[in-house]
Amino acid sequence: MDNGLSGALRGLGRRVTSRIWRLGYASRFFLAIMLNSATALRRVHLTMREIYFTGVLSLIIILVSGLFVGMVLGLQGYDTLQRYGSTEALGVLVSLSLVRELGPVVAALLFASRAGSAITAEIGMMKATEQLSAMEMMAVDPIARVVAPRFWGGVISMPLLAALFSAMGIFGGYLVGVQLIGVDEGSFWSQMQASVDFREDILNGVIKSFVFGIIVSWVAVFEGYDAEPTAEGVSGATTRTVVTSSLAILAADFILTAFMFTGT
Amino acid sequence: MSRTTLDLWVGFFVAVGLGALLFLALKVGNMASSSSGDTYAIKAKFDNIGGLKVRGAVKSAGVVVGRVGEIRFDPEAYLAVVTINVDTRYKFPRDTFATINTSGLLGEQYIGFEVGGDTEMLKAGDTIKKTQSAVVLEKLIGQFMFNKAAEDGGKK
Amino acid sequence: MSSDNLVEIRDLNFTYDSRPILTGINMMIPRGKVVAVMGSSGCGKTTTLRLIGGQLKPTSGEVRVGGQVVHQLDADGLYGLRRRMGMLFQFGALFTDMSVFDNIAFQMREHTDLPETVIRDLVLMKLNAVGLRGAHDLMPGELSGGMARRVALARAVALDPMLIMYDEPFAGLDPISLSIIGELIRKLNDALGASSIVVTHDVQESLKIVDYVYFVSAGKIVAEGTADDIKNSKVPYVHQFVWGEEDGPVPFHYPSRPYGEELMERRARHG
Repeated sequence: MDNGLSGALRGLGRRVTSRIWRLGYASRFFLAIMLNSATALRRVHLTMREIYFTGVLSLIIILVSGLFVGMVLGLQGYDTLQRYGSTEALGVLVSLSLVRELGPVVAALLFASRAGSAITAEIGMMKATEQLSAMEMMAVDPIARVVAPRFWGGVISMPLLAALFSAMGIFGGYLVGVQLIGVDEGSFWSQMQASVDFREDILNGVIKSFVFGIIVSWVAVFEGYDAEPTAEGVSGATTRTVVTSSLAILAADFILTAFMFTGT
Repeated sequence: MSRTTLDLWVGFFVAVGLGALLFLALKVGNMASSSSGDTYAIKAKFDNIGGLKVRGAVKSAGVVVGRVGEIRFDPEAYLAVVTINVDTRYKFPRDTFATINTSGLLGEQYIGFEVGGDTEMLKAGDTIKKTQSAVVLEKLIGQFMFNKAAEDGGKK
Repeated sequence: MSSDNLVEIRDLNFTYDSRPILTGINMMIPRGKVVAVMGSSGCGKTTTLRLIGGQLKPTSGEVRVGGQVVHQLDADGLYGLRRRMGMLFQFGALFTDMSVFDNIAFQMREHTDLPETVIRDLVLMKLNAVGLRGAHDLMPGELSGGMARRVALARAVALDPMLIMYDEPFAGLDPISLSIIGELIRKLNDALGASSIVVTHDVQESLKIVDYVYFVSAGKIVAEGTADDIKNSKVPYVHQFVWGEEDGPVPFHYPSRPYGEELMERRARHG
């Protein structure tokens, strides 16, 4: 009866089904990466090369951002804590915020925009210029040769980058809190050590960053492999990588936090 | 870029990353001190545990000797039952007195052990008989006011 | 089945999204010959190559390469077949993150256990064949269009294939590079004793080097024969194509309603 309404409904339905179809396709792709990972892990230098491009080249941005985030935490934390007369808890505040949350999450967001987008653009361009097709015609599986090493490179780099971000941030908080403001150095470190638990806080942070590494790398290689083989298609896919992986990181962070840190 | 330079950078990156993890584990976290060794569980019943949390510290003479493992409510006795995981390196007499203390005026709450004189030691599964509940600040202030008022009334 | 033909295509149909791309194609590629598949852009030529390489599956009919039905092979069989095929992609499709040398060594390193010294000799030999031995250290980005195409050609024949496929090898080249590539296609084919399929719309250049031509239009074969047959063809489409006439069976105008009618309607609406 109402053409506009049924049209809108149909449009909605089509969009929902295409999203679900894409999710299923991405899952199959993930499975294909897992099944074809033997080459990437056996021929280590393939993965090493990708660790260089995703990890080493992200070092500067991660270290500098970590330092600044830690310094800001030092300033803000001091400002808040001094109202309650407990500035010696600054170390606890800085380290817990970084190790549990900011380290994994901010490092993953930076990683998505620095390395994830680069992976998508590279694979997308390889597809657009028929390099992937050429590889297939040379009887070499592009998922094993191109996709899997990039995926594993990202998965390996991410926890290391997150740890570096946290360590750098704690150093930044130390610089501001102890060196600049003059919080007592002994209580800064000792309170930190008393309240930061290895398993509860640090290990859970590492698990988080590992999961984020899988998410970002998966989204990045999938968007690149699935990109429309044109210049616009590749740039669209690059944008989608950053948007999708950022949203997925934050959603996964909520879920992981809910599971990890409710007991205490 | 040649293979060797690339390998060098990747090696450097992995080493620095692992170093950061080690720094977090040893310098920031308490892995060095917690020694995650074996523990044995004993129980203690309290009227009121105040703000005690799971994984809260258990101290004797100010030294951490264990962690709070589980906090349960006993619906028959209307008491809080706290499971305490004590480091196997430490043994305490059976008449050890467990109190719930606060570090600082508003700090975290922890369980303190005051050691008695019994020759027999606590074993896994034992229950501490003598406990003292958390000091509830509101109650304390209320009591103080009541006493003050009573004193003033008596004088008149 | 005659064994003189390396590739045999029978009653091949291919539809994509319920749109017919190829209908009723029959093609024979004899051993040792260079065969051209010609037609205007988008007529299904590249699709034919992808069907031969097994990157697409036919809707009906079959493609046989060396007696094997391509779409019935499993993954291993298909990869085994592809090792004996070389393909030159439209714009070369060189791996942009590898040097010229590594591009050509790629298949040797992936598929053989040859020591690095042997690979080096083989690669330089292939590069010498296309006249670019001195360029082995360059990256693909540093090559001109014609040089990139020659490197891609050297890569396509890296493993001495029995079948070489060329997808628009002449597209976007200057006249000198054009004739160099044309010469190389013929020379490499004869030197390797391989068979070649050249998909192109460059009539003049390809007619000089090929033995046989299939003419494809709108997914059907409209003419076939030797180079001379094609030049003298009476089929209107082929005639238009070979001599580059601007109007003919392929009309100058995109299909539309009569011009006068449209003008009258506009006038009526605005008047």
